[in-house]
Amino acid sequence: MNQVTKWLAAGPLITDGAWGTELQKRGLAAGEVPDSWNLEHPERVEEVGVAYRAAGSRVILTNTFRSNPIALAASGLEGATEALNRAGVAISRKAAAGEALVFASIGPTGKLLMTGDVKPDEVRAAFARQAAALAEAGADALVMETMSDVEEAALALAAARETGLPVIVSFAFDSGRKHDRTMTGATPEQAARVAQEGGAAAVGANCGAGPDAFAEICRRLRAACDLPVWLKPNAGLPAVVDAQVLYSASPEDFAASAMELLAAGASFVGGCCGTSPEFIRALAKRAGACVSS
Amino acid sequence: MGEFGGLYDAILNGDQKASVALTRQALEEGLDPLDLIHRYMIPAMDEAGKRFECEDFFVPELLLAARAMKGALELLRPRLAASGAQPAGRVVIGTVKGDLHDIGKNLVSSMLEGGGFEVTDLGADVPAERFVEAVQKTGAQIVCLSALLTVTMPSMKTTIEAFRQAGIRDRIKVLIGGAPVTEQYAREIGADGYGANANVAVALARQIVAAS
Repeated sequence: MNQVTKWLAAGPLITDGAWGTELQKRGLAAGEVPDSWNLEHPERVEEVGVAYRAAGSRVILTNTFRSNPIALAASGLEGATEALNRAGVAISRKAAAGEALVFASIGPTGKLLMTGDVKPDEVRAAFARQAAALAEAGADALVMETMSDVEEAALALAAARETGLPVIVSFAFDSGRKHDRTMTGATPEQAARVAQEGGAAAVGANCGAGPDAFAEICRRLRAACDLPVWLKPNAGLPAVVDAQVLYSASPEDFAASAMELLAAGASFVGGCCGTSPEFIRALAKRAGACVSS
Repeated sequence: MGEFGGLYDAILNGDQKASVALTRQALEEGLDPLDLIHRYMIPAMDEAGKRFECEDFFVPELLLAARAMKGALELLRPRLAASGAQPAGRVVIGTVKGDLHDIGKNLVSSMLEGGGFEVTDLGADVPAERFVEAVQKTGAQIVCLSALLTVTMPSMKTTIEAFRQAGIRDRIKVLIGGAPVTEQYAREIGADGYGANANVAVALARQIVAAS
């Protein structure tokens, strides 16, 4: 039995919600790289992890989404790659307090392979460097989130698997009229194939759309491969209120929709943009009631 | 399609090497630059745009086509300038302060260049005052602002406010775009238009120039 199957033996796991907006509530300025707080304000980053664990997250991520050296180079921080990633894992491990698993977050490079802006060997080396730092610091698994390009995802997956940790690959289906294609045009079926062929421990979708669009994506991912499915939808659709962007779903609405994702066979469910510990608390409460009944 | 139909294919397929080589060859053989643009290059970009609309092309394919078009146009530009041809219009573009995302902005920038606009691309994380300076320096009629994060969208409003304070708001049209941006947001912050994708942005820029 592989490690992920063991973790899921007692049923699906509730993961966490957004971190960036939680850090903003604690003073992160617009434009500041959230990951830099792993070194500058580790106690505030830890508060976010603690809030999710207390809300019922059984998997919490790390504040390392932008900490691959290619993405960090945009803000001159690539030299801090190891330090930011190690600190991110240590902070989440402390916040988890033995009650939640720590899956380390890896985001895309932000550059397109297809246009030659970045070369395959550079991409692979960048992900290998981040993954090695996360693994050395003791992450339980690695999660590649918000991926668009199946080629980049395949390179990241191969690099991350060298650590020996389980690797989850999650795509952002934010394009096309039905919100079922990634920015580069990949379908859930193509995403599932890349994940399965590359030896991923799970495949998933995050960001892109609200929970209502995710049930169909969940079904398509499950039909296209044998892997467990990881889902983190946004809190509904963005709406503008007083020149600020807010997401439309309330924690209760979100939890109700997320329950349908569990019913559709998702193994890991949490939230992306617009979600907070309140959303996870509402979801954990409903899911808990469901399991005990 | 005639003897240089390969130029149409090279642009549509995003093959910049081929589009540049064919354009060079066409010029050596004495073909008219404007003829090349209207017979092969613009139809190829129009087709790329159509394929994008019907979800046959996605962002990377469109970006490659726009780059192939740009490579060919750069060879033609000195001849067009010598013959007195003016650019379709002047545009200043950038991702607003606090936001480092540039894939969408690069696409709009390339598509505008492909459409014959003279584009000043300020890059990402651009403070309001740099947009103001660039408009003053280039005399641009159109400013395109991009943001991919809900938290950096307010920088669009700040930038429009900076144009007002510099006394140049009435001289320009401001178009905004980016994944979380909406038509409603454009109205709320007093922008002149919202482009849901790169195709729409180019169409809006053309409308603005035609109306001015």
